[in-house]
Amino acid sequence: MSEWLQLPFVQNALAGGILAGILCGIMGTYVVANRIAYLAGGIAHSAYGGVGLALFLGFSPLWGVLGFTLTGALIMGWLYLKERHRADTAIGVLWAFGMAVGVLLTDLTPGYNVDLMSYLFGSILTISRESLAAMAALIAAVLLFVALFYRDLAAVSYDDEFARVRGIPVTALQLLLIGAVALSVVVLIRVVGLILVIALLTIAPYMAEKRCRSLASMMVTAGLLNCVFALAGLWISIQFNVTSGAAIICVASLAYFAFVGGAALRRRA
Amino acid sequence: MNSQPTKEAASLRGVSFSYNGHRVLEGVDLRLEERDFAAVIGPNGGGKTTLLKILLGLLRPRSGKVLLFGESPERTAHLVGYVPQDIHANKHFPISALDVVLMGRLRPGRLFHRYSRDDHRAAEEALDRMEMWPERHKRMEELSGGQRQRVFIARALASNPRALFLDEPTASVDAMGQTDLYSHLKDLNEQITILVVTHDLMVLSSYVKSVICVNRSLIHHHAPEVTPDMLRLGYRCPVELLGHGHLPHRVLPCHGGPCCE
Repeated sequence: MSEWLQLPFVQNALAGGILAGILCGIMGTYVVANRIAYLAGGIAHSAYGGVGLALFLGFSPLWGVLGFTLTGALIMGWLYLKERHRADTAIGVLWAFGMAVGVLLTDLTPGYNVDLMSYLFGSILTISRESLAAMAALIAAVLLFVALFYRDLAAVSYDDEFARVRGIPVTALQLLLIGAVALSVVVLIRVVGLILVIALLTIAPYMAEKRCRSLASMMVTAGLLNCVFALAGLWISIQFNVTSGAAIICVASLAYFAFVGGAALRRRA
Repeated sequence: MNSQPTKEAASLRGVSFSYNGHRVLEGVDLRLEERDFAAVIGPNGGGKTTLLKILLGLLRPRSGKVLLFGESPERTAHLVGYVPQDIHANKHFPISALDVVLMGRLRPGRLFHRYSRDDHRAAEEALDRMEMWPERHKRMEELSGGQRQRVFIARALASNPRALFLDEPTASVDAMGQTDLYSHLKDLNEQITILVVTHDLMVLSSYVKSVICVNRSLIHHHAPEVTPDMLRLGYRCPVELLGHGHLPHRVLPCHGGPCCE
């Protein structure tokens, strides 16, 4: 392993895994505490429509994905906030529609073939310095957002009706939160792929939620767990020459199964 | 009923509300006086929770006028301590009882909230009043249904509210806990107005001052009794059943008024 660590691309991959783990630990805490994992999945998948649109119209994929994903996220978020119990069908439709549009538009773009797999599973081993800088900047912005609105976001996440009675601008904060999730997804899918984004957003925060007494401690715990998953997955990926994103997801999922199984055994004992 | 003029805490005039084309409330009038202790009863789906949410501005009526402490509820809802149904919140949410109660100290027109020493003192008082101070560091998930309910009431009390609106506060509480809870509410009623949605008709005679029966339309009776009109409106059960002890209450004869035909 140690000779691997000398290689710049391995160093970048490790840094990318840690940054993605931290960002997903923070945003995933809100995703899990608000029970909007399905909404986050819809946002991440519909983002592929943005990839196709950008290719077809010939502008930078980053702006295409950003615009498309934010728009989709706000539509899905609005539907979710309006009719919480019935929004899952509409989110499912937009989820599928976004991906289908992305595939059709790349089909129609002459002379271009996007590898869907790299979008789904990312390519953390080819991560660039610029991507690392973008992730670090986003983490700083998200930390500022969370620090400023921590109490308000906690109240809105825990009991939005009570928060509304207290006079908190609930809808605005909820849409900001969904927008922040979308922004994180946009930055992360280019790096680690959308399947890994969903795994990092949900698995560690879910495990952390059971033990923590506050959102802040849940963020720290989930972030640390994510970093462990990412580093272990990368090590396996390099040792056995297998896909890095899939390796990280398998490590995280096995930890989740062990956690759930252990909890079930303890309940029985 | 009351000859002394009292101040109005909340009122509805000609309020109608529909949910997905289904009429929940139709042309409802209500005047809730300060220091009243009113029980809202009625069948499931009859509009009890809707009534509460309209009074708090959480739902906007299709037509009619809503006043809470003389103004539109969007401006005055923060004067009310709201205790929503227990099932509403995510049970596994990582939060301590103390942090839940501190949420009662959030105020309108301010972002970037930080809790001050006053906020902590108010939270302590509220928890102490509900006898939950020793449990303050427990996760909400670790508390029993009755304890959780007390924390929610403490959260509502932490803002020093002028009224307390509770939505089925005894749904997950055992019989002992219910008696406890209502005697707490009775104490609180010496200073503040209380409106409580309940299924539990037992509480009526011993604690409340008035009864509001809701089933699309509304009857407000200014005494702790269930009237035959309410039974016709609310439960569609023949009044004779009362004789068999289903409802341990006095049944008033027809006392005139628009709902006694």
